[in-house]
Order: sequence, then C-alpha cells, then structure tokens
Amino acid sequence: MAKNENGTADIVPAGSAEVTGTGVVSPDAFTNPGLPPHRPRITDLDPKAAKRAERVVYWLFYISIAASVFAVYAYMFFPIEPENIHSVRMNTLYLGLGIAFSLLAIGIAAVHWGKAVMADKEAIDYRHPVRGTEETRARAVEIFRESDEESGFSRRTLIRNGLIGALIAFPLPAIALFRGLAPMDQDPNNLLKHTMWKKGTRLTRDPQGTPIKASELTIGSAFQVIPEGLVDLPEHEMLDEKAKAAVLLVRLKKEDLNWTSAERESWSYDGIVAYSKICTHVGCPVALYEQQTHHLLCPCHQSQFDIANECAVIFGPAARPLPQLPITVDAEGYLVATSDFTEPVGPSFWERSK
Amino acid sequence: MSSVTAPAQSGVVGKFSNYLDERTSISGAVKEFGRKVFPDHWSFLLGEVALYSFVIILLSGSFLTFFFQASMTPVHYEGSYVPLKGIEMSAAMASTLDISFDIRGGLLMRQVHHWAALLFVASIGLHMLRVFFTGAFRKPRELNWSIGFVLFVLAMAEGFTGYSLPDDLLSGNGLRIIDGMVLGLPVVGTWITFLLFGGEFPGNDIVGRLYSLHILLLPAFVLIFIVLHLMFVIIHKHTQYPGPGKTEENVVGFPVLPVYAAKAGGFFFLVFGVVALIAATVTINPIWNYGPYDPSPVSAGTQPDWYIGFADGALRLMPPHLETYWFGYTWSWNIIIPVLVLVLFLAAAFAYPFVEAWVTGDKREHHLLDRPRNAPVRTAIGAAGVTFYAVLWAAASSDIIATHFKVTMEGVINTLQILLIIGPIIAFMVTKRIALALQKKDREILLHGFETGRIVRLPGGEFIEVHQQLDAYDRWQLVSYNDNAPIMLRPNPKGKITGGMRMRASLSRFFFEDRIAPVTENEYKLALEHSHH
Repeated sequence: MAKNENGTADIVPAGSAEVTGTGVVSPDAFTNPGLPPHRPRITDLDPKAAKRAERVVYWLFYISIAASVFAVYAYMFFPIEPENIHSVRMNTLYLGLGIAFSLLAIGIAAVHWGKAVMADKEAIDYRHPVRGTEETRARAVEIFRESDEESGFSRRTLIRNGLIGALIAFPLPAIALFRGLAPMDQDPNNLLKHTMWKKGTRLTRDPQGTPIKASELTIGSAFQVIPEGLVDLPEHEMLDEKAKAAVLLVRLKKEDLNWTSAERESWSYDGIVAYSKICTHVGCPVALYEQQTHHLLCPCHQSQFDIANECAVIFGPAARPLPQLPITVDAEGYLVATSDFTEPVGPSFWERSK
Repeated sequence: MSSVTAPAQSGVVGKFSNYLDERTSISGAVKEFGRKVFPDHWSFLLGEVALYSFVIILLSGSFLTFFFQASMTPVHYEGSYVPLKGIEMSAAMASTLDISFDIRGGLLMRQVHHWAALLFVASIGLHMLRVFFTGAFRKPRELNWSIGFVLFVLAMAEGFTGYSLPDDLLSGNGLRIIDGMVLGLPVVGTWITFLLFGGEFPGNDIVGRLYSLHILLLPAFVLIFIVLHLMFVIIHKHTQYPGPGKTEENVVGFPVLPVYAAKAGGFFFLVFGVVALIAATVTINPIWNYGPYDPSPVSAGTQPDWYIGFADGALRLMPPHLETYWFGYTWSWNIIIPVLVLVLFLAAAFAYPFVEAWVTGDKREHHLLDRPRNAPVRTAIGAAGVTFYAVLWAAASSDIIATHFKVTMEGVINTLQILLIIGPIIAFMVTKRIALALQKKDREILLHGFETGRIVRLPGGEFIEVHQQLDAYDRWQLVSYNDNAPIMLRPNPKGKITGGMRMRASLSRFFFEDRIAPVTENEYKLALEHSHH
C-alpha cells in the first residue's frame, strides 16, 4: 500500500477499483447518505393542480394544430407578389410565426406533460465496467488466434505482405484521377505571374470599360481601373482576369510621391500612379482609399499601404508593397500601361520568387 | 425456460407489434432501451441542441436543394428583386435570390437553415466546454471526445462550404481569403488552390464542388460520427453530477419511456420552434445587399460567420513584413504562423483528455462529473483556452470594434496582440485562484456551518452569529469529489528514473500541487467538538 504525500494515512482502494496514479481516497472519507427522500410535486398533492396541468397540456396541443392551420393560411393569403418586397416580408413573417408557434406549442406541451403529469418516479440503472468480462475477452483473443492459425496470416508472410502492398497501391490511381480537377494544359505558376496588362493596354473605368484621359484626374481623385478589353471577355474568364488585373489609379501632388529610384518614378505620369488593387496578404481588394493620408486600407485584414511611398506596408499582416503598374499616356492623351506588372500580383505563393 | 408468455396479441396495436417483432425481434430493443435511465441537468441539453439543429439543417437544407442551382454559369437576373434586375451573376446567386424573393417560404427556409447552422456550431462548442469543465472526457470517454472533436471540425467545414454557395460578394471574398491562405502554404499551396478552384481563382467550378461537399460528403460524415457518438453514449451510459445517492456504479434519473421521450422529444420541437421564430423575424445573410461576386469591390466591415472568426482573427493579428525568401522559394510566415497556431490550438483541444489521463495515471472509470472548482488546474487551462479563442475571435472584428468604440484600428490590433499572449496566462492564474478559493469556502461551510444571519447575545455580553451545520445530503454534495495529489518520483523496478517519469512527476505537480483535500469524517467531528466549546 502506498502512502499519501504526508506519509500519514494509507491510500486505500475505492470500492473494488484500485486507485492508481494521482488519485487519493481517504479511508476516513464520508459515506454516501443515499438518495434524499422523494419530494412530491404540487401536481401529486393537489388534484386541482394536476387537472390544471393536464388542461394546459392538451390545450397547447390544440393551439399547435391551430398554428399549423394558420401557417397554411398564411402561405395562401400572404403570397409573394412580383417586385413587391413588402409581400416577401409578410410571407416570411406570418408563415414563420405560424410554424414557430405550432412547433413551440408541441414542445412546451410535451415537456410540461413529462414534468408535471407523467409519473414522477426516479429510476436507477446500474453500470457495468465498459470492458468485456474476462471470459469474453479470452474468447475474443482465442478467435483471433484461431483465425490466424487457420488463415496462416502470420505464418505465410509472402501472402500477408503481398496483401499489405496491394492495399497500399490500390488507392494510387484515385490520387492520379484528382489531377483532372484542374486543366491539364495549364501551369498555375505561369498563370499567377501574368496578367492581362501589356504594353499599350489602355486603363479603363471599372465596370464600364471606358478609357481614361490623364487630364480627367484631379489631384486627390481615385479611379477603379480594369484593362481595356476585359469587359469583352466571356463572364468566367472576365472574373479570372479581373481577379489579377484590378488596379487603383490615384493622382497625388508630384512632390508628395517619394521614389526609391528614377526608374520607379518613370512608372508614374505627372503624379498619377497605378497600383494593383489585390492585397499582397490573401488577395482581398484593397478598396479603401484615404485621401488625406494617401493610405490604402484592406477591409478584410486591415493591411495598410502608403501610396506616397511606393505602397509600402505600414500596418497589418501584409508582407509586401502593392505591385505598381507602369503607366504613361498615349498619343491621344489616354492613360496606357507600358508593360505588365513587373512582379506577380496578389497573395504570395511558394514558387513566386522562382 | 421460464413460462412467461407475452400478453394476448389482440387489437390492432397488438397485432402490428406481433407482426413487427416476428420479423425484427424489436421487443429485445424495447426491453433493453425502453427503460434506460438518463440523468437530468440543463447542461446535458447542449449536446441535444446540437443534434436537433442538425436535424433542422437537414430538413431545411433538403428543401433548399430543390431550388438551388450549384452552377457558376453566368445569367442575367430576371427575378423579383428590382435593384438587381438585369445584372449579370452566376446561376447560383440568381437561384438563391429566387429562393429568397420568388418562392413562398423560401426566404424563411433559407433563414431557418442559416440560423440553425449558426446554432449547430455554437451548441457543439458549448457542449464541448461543458464536457471539458466537468471532466466528462475521462476514461472511458476519451474516444468519444475525439469523435465529438471531429464533429466540431466537420460542422465548421459544413458551415463554410454552405456560406460560400450563394456566390455573392461576401462569400466570394471569403473564398478569396481561403485561396490566399492556401497559396501561402509551403510546397503544396499553389497546386492545392489550382486543383480546388479548377484553375485560376475564382474559376468556374468552385461552387459546384463545394456543393458536393456540402450536401453529400460532409453530411454523410457528420451523420456517421453522430451515430458513433450516440452509440458510445449508450454503451457508456450518461455521466451524472455528484450528489447524494449517486455513485460511480449507478445512474439516477428518469426512464426513456415515457418521461425522457416526452422531455427530449418536446425539446426538439422547442429548439425547432425557437429557430423558426428567429428565422421569421430576423434577417440573416442578406445577399441581395451584397450583390454578385466581383473581385474588385468589397464592403467595409466584412465579417465571416461567427465560427470562422477565430481563424480570420489569427490572420489579422500577424505583424507586418513576415515573409522570407529561402532556397529560392517564398515562405509566407504571415500565413504559415497563423495556420500553425490554429492547428496547434485545435490539436491541443483534441489531445487534452489523453494528456490528462497520462499525467494522472488514473485507470479508473469516471462516471461522476467534477464540479469545475474541484479540478482547479483543468478549469484554469480551459479558461486560458477560452481566452485565447476569444481574443482571436475579437480580432476578426477589429475594424468593427474600432469604428464602434471610436478607437484606432492600430490600437485595437496592438492591444489584442498583447492580450493573445498574456490574456490566457492571466485567465489561468485568476481562474485557478478562484477555483481554490471556492473549494476553501466549501470546506469552511462544511466545518463551521453556514451563516444563518441570526445574531445572538451571550450572557457575557458577547455577540455571535449562529452557524448551522449542513444536513447529510448537502454535506455529501461538498465532500464527494475526486482528490488528486502529485505523484512522487520513485525509481522504477530497474532502479532508474527516466525522462518521461520526471516529466510526468513535474506535470502532476503542476496539476495537483495546490490542493484542497475533501473534509474527512474525523476532521468534521473535531471541528464539531471544537465549535461546542
């Protein structure tokens, strides 16, 4: 027998179960006084209360029937009329209330029935250890041993290992099948690194697709921009391209823009700069432009970028600045890209720097 | 053989029962389970709420499948909702709008489905907390905790896939975030999103694929795991709170037939009724306000459904510039770290019962629950976990907190970053102290009785407040708990002390060093004698 931490009292088994590990049972523990005396409910003592409870239960069931009928009534007499929002609201509300009350009445009635009317007789079940009896366990072991012997599973190792190998190999074709989830002739690395923008692509308004003249931008104004030709693409291709090519066009005072190199400065035109709108964190559109501070804010995870400093990250989880689209004006004075983005836009990916 | 014969099979019911029994031997099941006893406690209803919300989700979801088109084929919306008329959108979005504005009861069913889904995850979470804080996960129920954990993860997956189906602006941005997160995972990220979306984001396939998962694969798994979960509840018999007459060897409560059938069956209707009432009166996910998905716009204050909040919050709390280029590859630490944090947090929740079992070395079956105060360190660990989750969750609303309370966004984020680290530590210490203090109070009441509020003046002029002793039943309530003491480091039979043994001993000290032992009979007698002087 073990001693407890004080070394004074013996640690004894609780009942038949042996105490192991950290468990401590004092030999001097109180004994269970047994179930307290049964306390009758008011419905057991007062026949009037019992009758009343019974009445409440059946009336609730009747109310439920009425509510169900009301729900069907509401379905017919509160129809949805075309182009009438109010009718949608009424239909939802009355149909919903009918259904809700029919359900609630059943629920309250049944629970009240169980608690106040049905016999209030506490019962006791006895537990048995979850493990099987020694006899059962011995027989189970015996069955496995016998079947091992009869099949030769452990003895005939060539058969067994063959089976294991085959079972490992057979799901492999299923894995191969899943390659077909994406087009076979495309490489995500290539796709992620290119957008629709190329030399001479005009910057156009989102969503109309009309080109923008440099002279239309006043200082402090911002445009949501898509590449020329995007709106003519089929819908699904359009979204794929837009998810990479969306651009935010802003005009600042020239002296407010700080550049790390003359080359970067040449990507802008007279204080007009174009930056990818796709957040470098996880790809939400960086949609909130704060005119006073020249900051861009991503509403999803609050990354902030400073337009005055090449869209450097100034707060939030993003790691990289927003990529800049090099722009200039064409002969007609419309803003055009001078090339695609010089780095992949949007969230980082494993092969990005390859 | 005994000569018991079944009552005469007369009447329609008798004949039908006989017909059934002769083909199914159903009488055996009725005999086995009809009078099975279930203990009563409000906290046992949390799991029931989860089960019933799942049934509600199945019913309302089946209705929705009859009208929903899981296709991203572009269509021009021609339904009843005027502001979106003529707008190009996917068939998924258009059919969701039709369900909302052109099918009677359609909006109601959508809202029942969505509210029930929110309730489903919430009740699973609360049920897990109940199981955790009462120690219901101890032997023999460790595996059932694992099954329940899988259900929790499945429920979140069900929620997210369903949320994404309408292909509206909000859910599209949610998918964009998933795309960005998966892209950031090392080695496999790029290809996983490429395969998931069937090409580039957003592609043309994702809604259809999520639909298969949402209505077929995931519900099948949820159903399988629910069946397993309940099977184990029957095999183990339900746990019960300690109290007079309750032992590790019995279950005290009410039989399935008729009382539990009435109460639990009625409770299903109550849960359904409450969900229907909310759905009838409170709008949820008004996709018509968001419009169809477009990668360029986004509305300020975007929020995921509540149960994804902790994941979104983890992303938001990362400091800037965490990305490195090693060996020519991009390591997006701003993705990898939050993902790891979430995985480790969930893994810790999954593993806790096994860790505690190893530390205590307790091989007994436990069917009597712990009151949280009687397991101070476990309760404190739970409180730390809840705090950690709550901070992540709050972070998902950092922008809303900033605008509502007129504080800076940066201030909110920085505060939450600090709280994420020190919050759980403080919660741990405070909770453990509270639990120990409550145990001390129990002890005090046991030994010296409770204050009656009756002030008596003794002949000597001294005033005392009369204390009254508890009766035997109330006393039992306060003394009958599991007591644990740290294990002592002793060499094993080979005369060695291994690293594992050291770790176990120090962990057991961490768990049980601060310990209030239950009052024993002798202590009580001594205290009584003492108080009579």
